[in-house]
Amino acid sequence: MYSFTHHAASSVADAVKSVGEGKYLAGGHTLIPTMKQRLAQPGHLVDLNKVAELKGISDNGSVLTIKAMSRHAEVASSDVVKKAIPGLAALAGGIGDPQVRHRGTIGGSVANNDPVADYPAACLALGATIVTDRRRIKADDFFQGLFTTALEDNELITAFEFPHADKFAYAKFRNPASLYALVGVAVAKRGSDVRVAVTGAGSDGVFRWTDAEAKLASNFSASALDGLKASASGLNGDIHGSAEYRAHLIGVMAKRAAAAA
Amino acid sequence: MTATGIGAPVRRKEDFRFITGAGRYVDDINRPGQAYAYFLRSPHAHATINKIDTTEAMKSPGVVAIFTGADIEADKVGGLICGWAIFNKDGSPMRAGAHPALAIGKVRYVGDHVAVVIADTLAQARDAAEKIDVDYGVLSAAADVTTARKAGAPTIHDVAPDNQVYDWHLGDKAATDAAFAAAKHVTKLDIVNNRLVPNPMEPRAAVGEYDIGSDSLTLYTTSQNPHVARLVLSAFIGLAPENKFRVIAPDVGGGFGSKIFIYAEETVCVWAARKVRRAVKWTSDRTEAFLSDAHGRDHVTHAELATDANGKITAVRVSTKANMGAYLSTFASSVPTYLYAPLLSGQYNIPAIYAEVEAVYTNTAPVDAYRGAGRPEATYVIERLVEVAARELNVDPAEFRRRNFVTAFPHQTPVIMAYDAGDYDASLTKAQQMHDVAGFAARKAASASKGKLRGLGYSAYIEACGIAPSAAVGSLGAGVGLWESAEVRVNPIGTVEILTGSHSHGQGHETTFAQLVSGRLGIPIENVSIVHGDTDKVQMGMGTYGSRSGAVGMSAIVKALDKIEAKAKKVAAHVLEAAEGDIEFKNGKFTVKGTDKEADFGSIALQAYIAHKFNGQELEPGLKESAFWDPTNFTFPAGVHICELEIDPATGVVTIDRWTAVDDFGNVINPMIVEGQVHGGIAQGVGQALFEGAVYDSDGQLITASFMDYTMPRAQDLPSYNVGMTITACPSNPLGIKGCGEAGAIASPPAVINAITNALGHENITMPATPEKVWKAAQASAQKMAAE
Amino acid sequence: MAKVSMTVNGKPVTADIDPRTLLVQFIREHLHLTGTHVGCDTSQCGACTVHMDGVAVKSCTTLAVTADGANITTIEGLAHGAQLHPMQEAFRENHGLQCGFCTPGMIMSAVDIVNRKGANLDEHTIRHELEGNICRCTGYHNIVKAIGDGARAMGAQKHAAE
Repeated sequence: MYSFTHHAASSVADAVKSVGEGKYLAGGHTLIPTMKQRLAQPGHLVDLNKVAELKGISDNGSVLTIKAMSRHAEVASSDVVKKAIPGLAALAGGIGDPQVRHRGTIGGSVANNDPVADYPAACLALGATIVTDRRRIKADDFFQGLFTTALEDNELITAFEFPHADKFAYAKFRNPASLYALVGVAVAKRGSDVRVAVTGAGSDGVFRWTDAEAKLASNFSASALDGLKASASGLNGDIHGSAEYRAHLIGVMAKRAAAAA
Repeated sequence: MTATGIGAPVRRKEDFRFITGAGRYVDDINRPGQAYAYFLRSPHAHATINKIDTTEAMKSPGVVAIFTGADIEADKVGGLICGWAIFNKDGSPMRAGAHPALAIGKVRYVGDHVAVVIADTLAQARDAAEKIDVDYGVLSAAADVTTARKAGAPTIHDVAPDNQVYDWHLGDKAATDAAFAAAKHVTKLDIVNNRLVPNPMEPRAAVGEYDIGSDSLTLYTTSQNPHVARLVLSAFIGLAPENKFRVIAPDVGGGFGSKIFIYAEETVCVWAARKVRRAVKWTSDRTEAFLSDAHGRDHVTHAELATDANGKITAVRVSTKANMGAYLSTFASSVPTYLYAPLLSGQYNIPAIYAEVEAVYTNTAPVDAYRGAGRPEATYVIERLVEVAARELNVDPAEFRRRNFVTAFPHQTPVIMAYDAGDYDASLTKAQQMHDVAGFAARKAASASKGKLRGLGYSAYIEACGIAPSAAVGSLGAGVGLWESAEVRVNPIGTVEILTGSHSHGQGHETTFAQLVSGRLGIPIENVSIVHGDTDKVQMGMGTYGSRSGAVGMSAIVKALDKIEAKAKKVAAHVLEAAEGDIEFKNGKFTVKGTDKEADFGSIALQAYIAHKFNGQELEPGLKESAFWDPTNFTFPAGVHICELEIDPATGVVTIDRWTAVDDFGNVINPMIVEGQVHGGIAQGVGQALFEGAVYDSDGQLITASFMDYTMPRAQDLPSYNVGMTITACPSNPLGIKGCGEAGAIASPPAVINAITNALGHENITMPATPEKVWKAAQASAQKMAAE
Repeated sequence: MAKVSMTVNGKPVTADIDPRTLLVQFIREHLHLTGTHVGCDTSQCGACTVHMDGVAVKSCTTLAVTADGANITTIEGLAHGAQLHPMQEAFRENHGLQCGFCTPGMIMSAVDIVNRKGANLDEHTIRHELEGNICRCTGYHNIVKAIGDGARAMGAQKHAAE
């Protein structure tokens, strides 16, 4: 790592005020490995781990609110989440490995818009609202391409609001080496509105698969997707899976998510 | 069998320190005033070094020194060596390019060593390294054997303008060709044995230290063979004479071959320690390990098998291109030659075999021995050939093997080896019973009803280990003899230290060697200590690799114990006032034949040192003996592994459902440890078959340079294993041991691929059989079935 | 430099450190507790696993400054004097280790699994929960057995204490 200065923020206001040209440090499970490889060189880190107001999970009967510094393990084991949107708890329980889930946070995962992260698919499929220190951003407007979001320079995510859905599930095919998503598909149904969001596969990050949404809107079942193929154009290809294979897996995972929802 | 003697599943003596965090690995060692080394590595696969400017870097905080290849050369320190000479078909020697520890004039792979920065802290060394300005002249690269051998390919070493290291062969070509001409059926396969990265969990590390007062060097290093390291660093690289050079390999966190070799980093650390008059420490990170540890395998092979009208194998013909990487590592040349082709006969009676091997330089990390070393490659060739031949001939693959097994011993193969003992049918039969092969059809039907494809694959492997008779390997080009040494020191109160040249880095020698001694001397196992891994304590040794520590290392201990017993009987004769010929030793007690006189081992040990009764020169005081054991033959462990798996055709995911291994390792010292070796070997072999593969792009950049991209098998990827044994004692060593360290890794890859191809109904799959490859292959199967 | 204070294996420690010091470096280099190992750079291998405020974390991916105020347990803090932790005993009894390098991380993860999932663990659960730890020697067979046995022993110990 290159050298940097460190500030343990005491509040959201303190964090935003002190970040300057630096970076926020949440669970650190993306940022620290990147810094260890000297691929990132922040001169200053504002550590969010002691900010009490960024922690907590609550539900008002129609909207589940997860504060940004909630660890994946907390989301996975939360009775509130399991009752409100059980598929979201299952998603959190499948991120990385147990040690990673004890440190990694939903805020850190989404703020980075890593193309192989799981939460962006849930945000997009569920139509989440991303709450920051200064505004509310719809998930549809938030994800703007590979590692790119609507966040302004020192803007800090404070919470996520997930409106309940009739059905929601996430199915993932993992990169066997890294355990990140090679292809992850989130499927949500709310009344006649169906959303299918795909992570891991797209070269621009998370995206919606509208063809599948149309099929599921008329018949919400795995068999409704029989014969439907995702397009391989715009998908990543690497040693773990060609674009063609990822396209195929999108179909398989969408069916599995629809069956599980 | 006693509770702690040979054959008992004694819990390991070394475990207490490992489970409490008290192990002492090289990175745990810190010396007073120590500085840290960081290696600046080449970002290019192939480039000239026009200039290295360290001016700015030297000004960086904390920098002690920066060295380049020119500095080492100026000190008249030699380059790294390859210790096994291979000769071409025409008798000329192999073409070995120079291998400087720090590059001189040119870099030849990504990760090659350009310069070393030594600083007060590692972070400072790394900061300074970024300020070194290297002017590279980038050259085109050849990252695979096919590209490297094409006309017009870039020359990697001037001594080998066409990148051919050697063009070697073994066997009777004329007889083999004749057998093929007369064959009823010929099976042909094109095989890629995928390149692997060994990845012991402990990365390599070194601490070099110089003592001004004694003008001597000490090197703490992650080595499987510290004496070989000292020999090479002294005799060939010329860092210091052996009497002024101590090499210590303390607890070592796995090796699998990759820690046999003498590497640039440890050479530079100990050389630089004398230059800067401070201890110098280097610890590899995982990315460096991927770039610069010697890789394994990487063969491209065409193989053919001829059968007669009775389904008997009449000949095997093999042509292999072996990737050596950018330099010849310490034993690299022997792996695709004498550790490979002599095993192509497998467990079968094959009258004629001919193998030719072309070794090739490429712009990739050096390739050398990795668990099994040549024998997994040979086993993959013969076990795929046999399986496919059986399927083509419509014979049950197990029956086809049985029909061709060697059944009479000793058996001379046409490719050097003389198999000494075995019962291959016994292993196969037992494996089939343990596995419930008879129930496979029902299990396959059950899988099919769930939309899954189920397959079963065999691998009947043989290996040659207990490496090796010195005369034999010397005649084949080895630069060293492959004996082992032992010293038994009996202390006055009857406790014992065993000094061995074998090195334990997971194998459990502190337990198994102590079992041998405890049983033989009739003393508690707690009273036996095993000393290894330090050239100042153990005089000489050849180290641990090639499943040799039991067959060779323990045989040396037996020989020394024989001398101890003989001497102790003389002492007992004096103490018990009897004729030496009347002394008997059993269960730790010396008795006089026909009397009730007795003395236990401890009291005789004490008398050996008190020496009151020895009458001057008649008997030397003390009880300490040493021995060297040079084996008379290789040992030939063999067995049968059966893999049964299920394929999800929708995703291509392969799930291993059951695994049965029946091995003949000869006599077994500790079955718990032996089974553990089998488990670990299978996991590495399954890793090769399903998950692992080092991939370079065409520019020579390593794509799989971390655990993010190189798939290490995890617990959830593997099954529990069903392990059994048959035993035919090895006749060529006193304990009847064959060796078990590599068997699992040798046996398992063809078992997996034979099971996958069995499930798919066609042979077109390569290792690693990743989900995408299997998915594509499953689609091809579905189309084939639809068409039929 | 930054000041950190934490409790490690029951003992309070305070130090002035470079903020870029990883928790694992702090443990190994400042506290000289070398049982916690580093096996990779990318948070896959789990050799560096310690408990931070009661849960398993990868100390190679955590800054020491972030652990300020935390309660850390390393492999050296698991046994009570000469009395080994039941999971340590189970690893020895089941030959759940060979070279020993991944072992401290494996044992710390194993204890964490029992803490989260209880004392009755089936093979599938153990294998799945071990996804954050890599072993190259054992093929996992005996690690899985050891964790099952160690979990039962932990359960029995807890039951006896109640």
